[in-house]
Amino acid sequence: MTQHDPVRRRFLLGGAALGAGALLAACTSNDSGDSNNAQTQGNNNASPNANTAPGKKVTIGFSAPAADHGWIAAITTNAKAQAAEYSDVTFNAVEAGADAAAQRSALSTLISQKPDVIVLLPYDGKELNAFGLEAMKAGIPVVNLDRAFPDALAYRLQIKGDNYGMGVAAGNYIAAEMKKKNLSAPIIGEIAGLDNLELTQERSAGFKAALAANGMSVANRRAAGFTVDTGQAEMSQLLQALPKMDALWNHDDDQGIGVLAAATQANRSEFLMVGGAGSKAAIEAIQADNSVLKCTVTYSPSMASSAISLARLIGQGKGMSDLVELQVPKEIILASETITKENASTYLPLGFS
Amino acid sequence: MTGLPAQAAPAVKEAIGAGGPGPEPSGPSGNGWWNSDAGESTRRNLGLVAVLAGLIVIGIITRPDLYGLDGWWIDNVWAILKLGSTVGVVAVGMTFVIIGGGIDLSVGAIIALAGVWCTTVATQDFGAGGMIFTALAVGLGVGLVNGFLISYGRLVPFIATLAMLVAARGLAAQMSDKKTQQSGNQTINSIAADSFLGVPILVYILAAVVIAGWVLLNRTTFGRRTVAIGGNVEAARLAGINVRLHTMMLYALAGLCCGIGAIMLTSISTSAQAAMATNYELDAIAAVIIGGTLLSGGRGTIVGSLLGVIIFATITNLFALNGLSTEAQNMVKGGIIVAAVLIQQFRFKSVTQFLKRNKVTVAS
Repeated sequence: MTQHDPVRRRFLLGGAALGAGALLAACTSNDSGDSNNAQTQGNNNASPNANTAPGKKVTIGFSAPAADHGWIAAITTNAKAQAAEYSDVTFNAVEAGADAAAQRSALSTLISQKPDVIVLLPYDGKELNAFGLEAMKAGIPVVNLDRAFPDALAYRLQIKGDNYGMGVAAGNYIAAEMKKKNLSAPIIGEIAGLDNLELTQERSAGFKAALAANGMSVANRRAAGFTVDTGQAEMSQLLQALPKMDALWNHDDDQGIGVLAAATQANRSEFLMVGGAGSKAAIEAIQADNSVLKCTVTYSPSMASSAISLARLIGQGKGMSDLVELQVPKEIILASETITKENASTYLPLGFS
Repeated sequence: MTGLPAQAAPAVKEAIGAGGPGPEPSGPSGNGWWNSDAGESTRRNLGLVAVLAGLIVIGIITRPDLYGLDGWWIDNVWAILKLGSTVGVVAVGMTFVIIGGGIDLSVGAIIALAGVWCTTVATQDFGAGGMIFTALAVGLGVGLVNGFLISYGRLVPFIATLAMLVAARGLAAQMSDKKTQQSGNQTINSIAADSFLGVPILVYILAAVVIAGWVLLNRTTFGRRTVAIGGNVEAARLAGINVRLHTMMLYALAGLCCGIGAIMLTSISTSAQAAMATNYELDAIAAVIIGGTLLSGGRGTIVGSLLGVIIFATITNLFALNGLSTEAQNMVKGGIIVAAVLIQQFRFKSVTQFLKRNKVTVAS
């Protein structure tokens, strides 16, 4: 037994801990170094028209839930980037906090600042309906983004995606592909998102209806949690349940990273997979055409960019230039678009990471 | 071990073999292993094995077509074990913390933080070694902070680790900018994809952690001190155990397990994000509890926790095979937790006494 000098040992241990700490701190950076990391630019790709010319100054107040996944994060970055495209727009985002109550209190400070228009993605449309009414009564037009207020008086414009239509688009694509392969009774799997959300139910209902119209049905459905690890876990079990599968719809491209990982790990590639939402990684994979992912149906966070553009028009009292009406419409439901290898390059700029 | 005088050696006898040298110890007292206190954990674990066997029988009855497939069932065994592997590793650390009289609610958040930290662009530049080191160091570091707050800051474990749950997920979200960070490292990704001698690497990792945990708990002074502290803190302190230092080590151990779990989960999903490993704390605690570990500390087994994890993974697998909904699956899981604890409270001794009173003889 050798005698250890405790002071020296502590010194060495402490030094090692400090060194490890310094190394770890250096590892928090996510800057890839290349300067073309500018995925978050705004979109004014349409040809310049009378509406894009600078006009009356507009202050837009913006609020969206704290991001817990890529889609919500993209909503906020898109809105910010789109506002920066206009010299006449002042963008004023408030932190929405962690839940509906926190968002409500953040919004009351926003009202007191008297912005010209408010763009709002609520935590929950029903819970924040009262705020919409209040703001409209105070004379501030509200653009309700994606999660809908039930009360038509609570918003000036509602712009949202189409969950049911997303399921229909996925179902139609799969049905068409199966018919191309002459499969009359294909085995179709489904990896849904969080099952207790209404949007998940709507997506699944649309998928089921579109398949049923073609005489097909879902053989097995598992609900994941919109995260990569739950996507992987559910897919790994689905693959066990269906030793042979012809097609799969996964509701969300973010969790799709895990779904694809599970397929790779199980050495399964006999099926074709359709994604959902339209992330940059998914569109790139479709373009590369080297995995089972052949298609994704959009539920694009680009709607935040459109919402900012429309909020500006509302603030300036202008209409949409292609429509005859002098004002912006009251409701816009975005179609779910189908991205395949053929059109992937067109959609790549809209993909979110 | 940790530089403490090892004089407080445990005097716990291995009473399992105390039944007598002969193969027929069934005297009139009838004190077989099913009645002895030392055999209690074995009994509990056998109960869990029975539950598992029941689940497998249900699987064979409901999907006989699959069990006939070539090589399918062994594939399914690996699928179940891989599904439970990350929670299994975390549950080993959790078993130590709970036996030591504490609780750790931050395990899922630590996995998310360690996973995100080890998949940042800067870390990935260091290769697989750098990523593994980062995950382990972050896990260990956060565990040490937990332990320090609880031991020396005198925070209640529930509060301290609840705070860490929130804070670590916040830091992970900040660091990843709420995005999913894909792992471009093929070595890391191959951990989940590859097998060695037909057994998935993830299963080897799970086995290694379980065996190391078992040895640490049952064959070292560290393990005996853990049981002593969980059983009676004051007695442990009077016996000369440095309770504070030891408690801190327990949370550090749990954190280290989370670091290992983070590498596994990152590899499994070939990416990491701040929202990953959600509810792992609940999964791990549930597995530990149905494994027979006392929530108040002082008693528990690693094998029981492992069986708990495997039972939950098997239920998930079974529901997937039969295409049943997640809702039903969660209700059954809740039921299993309650049932397992109820079964364990059931006194075998009182049954045999009851049978004896009523002159019923049981073959022993």
